[in-house]
Amino acid sequence: MSSDPEEGYIPWIQQFCELFGHDYFVPVSQDFIEDDFNLTGLSSQVPFYREALYTILDYEVETNPTSDDAGGGGQKNQKNELPSKTILAHSAEMLYGLIHARYILTKPGLTAMASKFERNEFGSCPRFLCDGMHMIPVGATDVPGQETVRLYCPCCNDTYLPSSSRYLNIDGAFFGTSFPGLLIKMFPEIENQCAKRISRVDSSRLGLRLFGFRINELSESGPRMKWLRAYPKTEEEKEEFEQCELGIPNVLDESDGMYNSDSDMVEPDDDDDDDRTMASEGV
Amino acid sequence: MAHSHINEEYVSDSSSDFTEYWIDLFLGIKGNEYFCDIDEDYIRDRFNLTGLNQEISKLPTLIDIITDIIEIEKQPEDQRSTLEHNARVLYGLIHARYILTTRGLNKMFEKYRNGDFGYCPRVHCHLYPLLPMGLHDQPRISSVKLYCAKCEDLYNPKSGRHSVVDGAYFGTSFPAMFYQNFPQAIPVRTKDMYVPRVFGFKLHNYSKLSRWRELQRRKVEKRLLNAKPEGSRGGKIYVSSDKNDENAVNQDP
Repeated sequence: MSSDPEEGYIPWIQQFCELFGHDYFVPVSQDFIEDDFNLTGLSSQVPFYREALYTILDYEVETNPTSDDAGGGGQKNQKNELPSKTILAHSAEMLYGLIHARYILTKPGLTAMASKFERNEFGSCPRFLCDGMHMIPVGATDVPGQETVRLYCPCCNDTYLPSSSRYLNIDGAFFGTSFPGLLIKMFPEIENQCAKRISRVDSSRLGLRLFGFRINELSESGPRMKWLRAYPKTEEEKEEFEQCELGIPNVLDESDGMYNSDSDMVEPDDDDDDDRTMASEGV
Repeated sequence: MAHSHINEEYVSDSSSDFTEYWIDLFLGIKGNEYFCDIDEDYIRDRFNLTGLNQEISKLPTLIDIITDIIEIEKQPEDQRSTLEHNARVLYGLIHARYILTTRGLNKMFEKYRNGDFGYCPRVHCHLYPLLPMGLHDQPRISSVKLYCAKCEDLYNPKSGRHSVVDGAYFGTSFPAMFYQNFPQAIPVRTKDMYVPRVFGFKLHNYSKLSRWRELQRRKVEKRLLNAKPEGSRGGKIYVSSDKNDENAVNQDP
């Protein structure tokens, strides 16, 4: 993996980011990697940690530390130990991925990823009603080797598989579980874009119809998943929403007529997303 | 397909060495993978085409083209491309009607089982097969969308060549009719939801919204269980892939 210093020298990081299917990655700055504090704990997760680190940083590895079969990163040493060269390449990729997951949570990393997001490099949400909202890569876990990368759509608040199979071998842990949440917090503009899209949706048009007629909920083929994309619209729904502040209110054991008491003014309000600051009334 | 004019194949003077049936050619065009082949009897029955002459002119000629009674090469040259285009539109509009019939539904079921329409991209749907659907029954308004029965949502086709196919060629009623006819294909829904987390902590606003949605879900479940105490198939309306998450949305870390 490490490049030959004599001809056409390309830094390892740049090489890695240009590989086929690696277009979700941003180059991590050298300074970030060189700061040992940023790498705390990674040495126990990655085999041949030191050699892998030197590979990423394009250092020649002249020392041959503790392990007996690790021949260091230099080309010459590697030639007589081919298996460890592949292992080293794999370790370096894994280490870079894990550093990447940390880097994109820092300010420069978030900014770099945000401009990729802005350019729609992660793809658009396949959901029709999300109207091409840009997506954000996310991992299902922070432990490497478990799940591949997925894409989070901030508009429908759901995760999707990348549309191209070239991303199917990219580890989700290289992006981490925290990234989308932080990106949205850092750039509130994303939430505005989503709110606009959500307010445009006419929820009365949703649901399957047969020759124009809706299918009854009690039918076996009736709707069961409306809640998944629902937003509180009516007054009573908003009140209910406020009650969900800290937990799910236990209203199901009582009669269903509990809510239709004092709020007769059911006004169709579209920008439902903005009243999260509304003081909670119930409970 | 029974063809009375099968001998004509060998005497045709068209540029290609062999003549294929129009429908087979049409189905072979890239981007037309969502269509099934329509029985010729269905196309010839004028009752099935009621009202289509308002959408398209020269209906009899077009029907003859689709059913290979006349060849498009024998038509005046300046009209060929219009005729071919209109024949495709007509085929699409007949297709929308045909796939609501028993035979059409069976053909589409076969395609559905093969995954010809693709699979739901949503992670929690675990690659559930999709069905094509239109947003309007009139042509030239919107392109075809794909319906997932597991999340009951609509998706854009993955490939650009499908996003130019007219939705009216499948119609707004098709998925509903499909699942009415094949209730065994209705999935057990999942209650899994994604909540964004930062360092393991759920974001408050999103978490609140997902709690509210969970509440809505429980209401539906309760209504259904009150109406039909035995529940859906297997006694369960919703399942969760996570075994010990009975109140997963409820508890904050």
